[in-house]
Amino acid sequence: MPMARSKVMRASEAVSHIRNGDKVMVGGFGLRGCPFELVDALIETGQRELTIISVGGDSPGIGLGALLRSGQIKKMIGSFYNANREVAMARNSGQIEVVLMPMGNLAEALRAGGMGIPAFYVPVGAGTDLAVGKEVRVFDGRPHILVDALHADVSLIRAKASDALGNLVYSKTARNFNPAMAMAADFTIAVVDEIVEPGALSPDEIITSHIYVDALVLAGGCRHD
Amino acid sequence: MIKLPKDQLQALIAKNAAALLDELCSDHSFVVNLGVGIPLLAVNYLHRDNIYIHTENGMVGVGPLAYGDQVHPDLVNAGRQPVTETIGCSYTDASESFGMIRGRHIHAAVLGAFQVDQQANIANWIIPGSTLLGVGGAMDLVAGAQTVIIAMTHCNAGKPKLVHQCSLPITAYHEADYVVTEFGLFHFVDGTPILEKIHPELSVQDVRNATEFDFSVADQLSHTLLL
Repeated sequence: MPMARSKVMRASEAVSHIRNGDKVMVGGFGLRGCPFELVDALIETGQRELTIISVGGDSPGIGLGALLRSGQIKKMIGSFYNANREVAMARNSGQIEVVLMPMGNLAEALRAGGMGIPAFYVPVGAGTDLAVGKEVRVFDGRPHILVDALHADVSLIRAKASDALGNLVYSKTARNFNPAMAMAADFTIAVVDEIVEPGALSPDEIITSHIYVDALVLAGGCRHD
Repeated sequence: MIKLPKDQLQALIAKNAAALLDELCSDHSFVVNLGVGIPLLAVNYLHRDNIYIHTENGMVGVGPLAYGDQVHPDLVNAGRQPVTETIGCSYTDASESFGMIRGRHIHAAVLGAFQVDQQANIANWIIPGSTLLGVGGAMDLVAGAQTVIIAMTHCNAGKPKLVHQCSLPITAYHEADYVVTEFGLFHFVDGTPILEKIHPELSVQDVRNATEFDFSVADQLSHTLLL
């Protein structure tokens, strides 16, 4: 029986799928579960005019903070940039556009994007400055806004471990936005700390099925190159 | 008036927010989300063992802050602080974590605020013109938690934060249920703020002098806790 083509590759090969102008999702929350190796490799590609969808901007000069400094970002869609004030400065100077979303609306927009739901109503944000221009509908006497799903060309995510198929398990609060982003892109790249043989992960513990994962990068090593 | 160093002032407010949570939780398991700052300090004063802490980055059953070799590199709360696990804790991804909030599965959220007004409107996400750029989970929590408790200092640089109408951008309309400050505890009932508890060294007139919105006083006005 012919072997399926391996998903395991170097970070540089994996991120070569990213083109100028692409929408790229980047996982992580509070510097946990961030695919730093992949973001660093993206910086090396020099691809520009990127739209980055992430919960925040990591920290100044770190992860997305480094990508921001390299001038490759055109637009950021996210929720909380207070830990990296360079994002607000870049927005205020006109270098980038920023779209802010309530964090749960962002999380659900990612899930919806991966699950074939084009938009959904939520009460969160109704009537606020973040709902300007959004369609409003009243359910049970309460105004709700219509939030569009998000979909990306490429997602960069992090998991604790993978099998060779690309099934993923996560560690504690490093899971955060990674599973939803895995589902919401045309091409998903996961950086993992360990790659094990198929069958070595308990099927009950797998959070992200390999069907969402297109490329695997082993963190900090070239064991599979 | 209350003259306390900042850390004791925050602790006083947190202690009274914790007392409110203890009162609200009764006998069933009670899930609480605590915002960064004063709300998080409330953990130190909770007495009930049936209160479970939720953090929106994806955990139910958050334990105390982690120090030294308790720190796990993958385990933080939403404020990036290393925390510990409790027995029975569990993890979710972010979309389910916020689904727990939106789906009314979180019994109470305790948050700070810049302003709360007469109509229980809350302003706590942005001050225009600052270099802070973020909303985070604030709008989700005040819209989704069953009970919304605002824990904050009564004034900011001498100016009341309990106002007739919020001048700062609104986080959510008509969502505040309680406000806990160093002056006392207000409960919004049918859209009207009622002073239910007062600092034992203050008169109602003292509270009115530092409060812009109109409030009524509970028949059974009681005292807040001291540190």
